[in-house]
Amino acid sequence: MLETVILIVFAMIGISLILNLWRLLVGPSTPDRILALDTMYINSIALIILYGMSSGTSLYFEAALLIAMLGFVSTVAVCKYLLRGDIIE
Amino acid sequence: MRTDSPSKWLPSPFLSFLLFVVWLLLNNSLSAGHIILAVVLAIIIPIAISPFRTNQPIVAKPGLAFRHLMLVLYDIITANVQVAILILGPTRKLTPGFVKVPLDLTHSTPITILASTVSLTPGTVSAEVYPWEESLEESEEPEQRYLLIHVLNLEDEQALINTIKQRYEAPLMEIFQC
Amino acid sequence: MFEWIVSILLLIGGAFVLVGSIGLVKMPDFFMRLHGPTKATTLGMACLLTASMVFFSNTQADLSMKEILISLFLLLTAPISGYMMIKSAIHHKVESIERTQGKDNIEDDV
Repeated sequence: MLETVILIVFAMIGISLILNLWRLLVGPSTPDRILALDTMYINSIALIILYGMSSGTSLYFEAALLIAMLGFVSTVAVCKYLLRGDIIE
Repeated sequence: MRTDSPSKWLPSPFLSFLLFVVWLLLNNSLSAGHIILAVVLAIIIPIAISPFRTNQPIVAKPGLAFRHLMLVLYDIITANVQVAILILGPTRKLTPGFVKVPLDLTHSTPITILASTVSLTPGTVSAEVYPWEESLEESEEPEQRYLLIHVLNLEDEQALINTIKQRYEAPLMEIFQC
Repeated sequence: MFEWIVSILLLIGGAFVLVGSIGLVKMPDFFMRLHGPTKATTLGMACLLTASMVFFSNTQADLSMKEILISLFLLLTAPISGYMMIKSAIHHKVESIERTQGKDNIEDDV
């Protein structure tokens, strides 16, 4: 039963990623694209955790943690760049 | 409101505790080697970063802080369900709006906590703290601070302000004794 | 038994993540779009990570607690990245839709 559920949730997150990609391409403003990218980071964490569960190893956890950290830092850096025209003043 | 005066060897006990727990969780083990390494890291890192640290306000009532945390966690769950219903419902009926909430808090740490709780709870995202920090002179205290929030579905502005002030701000003032 | 718990948590989590992304596409302006991803995604990810915690605690020999770290990290960072994004949107004067109330509450920045 669990295999079927994991497949269904894979599909759900795949659809979310496609929706995010659509928003990333369409825009219309730059903050919209940043938001879409940030959501894509979080959804890819979900995808990696699910893949780890379906293949039965917890090795992918570190990758998920790294994506979470890099995603947060890059979102804040891009926003800072938009706000001040510079990242570290 | 009192702020802490850091000691030389243990500048921030809470950060040390957090580092200890995070190291053990990262390695997912409780073996002696990892515990010793965690203790060493928990002592060295706070000392190394203490030059960058500003004095933080003391949590005067830990029991109340814990209860407030539980309340916020419960609110996060209800907030998610509410926002999910609003998102899936017809968007044409939604009435978004910007609301300015006057703040009684003055220190930046409680304001940060309040802004984060507001962002995580029903239909509101905190957008800005007025007056602008950049527009103030050095160590000048503004008369009144405001928190600008964006509301997904604004029905009663005054009721919303009262809810935020009573439910989230009053406990924070109690916790930090300001 | 644990399969049931894991399945239910996974389905709830996946549904919330999907709802967040639907909000991202469906809402008419940036400020309303921000609500979906910052909130729905937080609880969705918390559910997914709890499911993973229960799963690995049952299939592997020792208790698996490290998923708590990612949940906590996302819980702490979601409001901050949301705040940064809405701040840059206000700075760039992103249009909000006509019926937004209290637009004059926004002050011009320095």
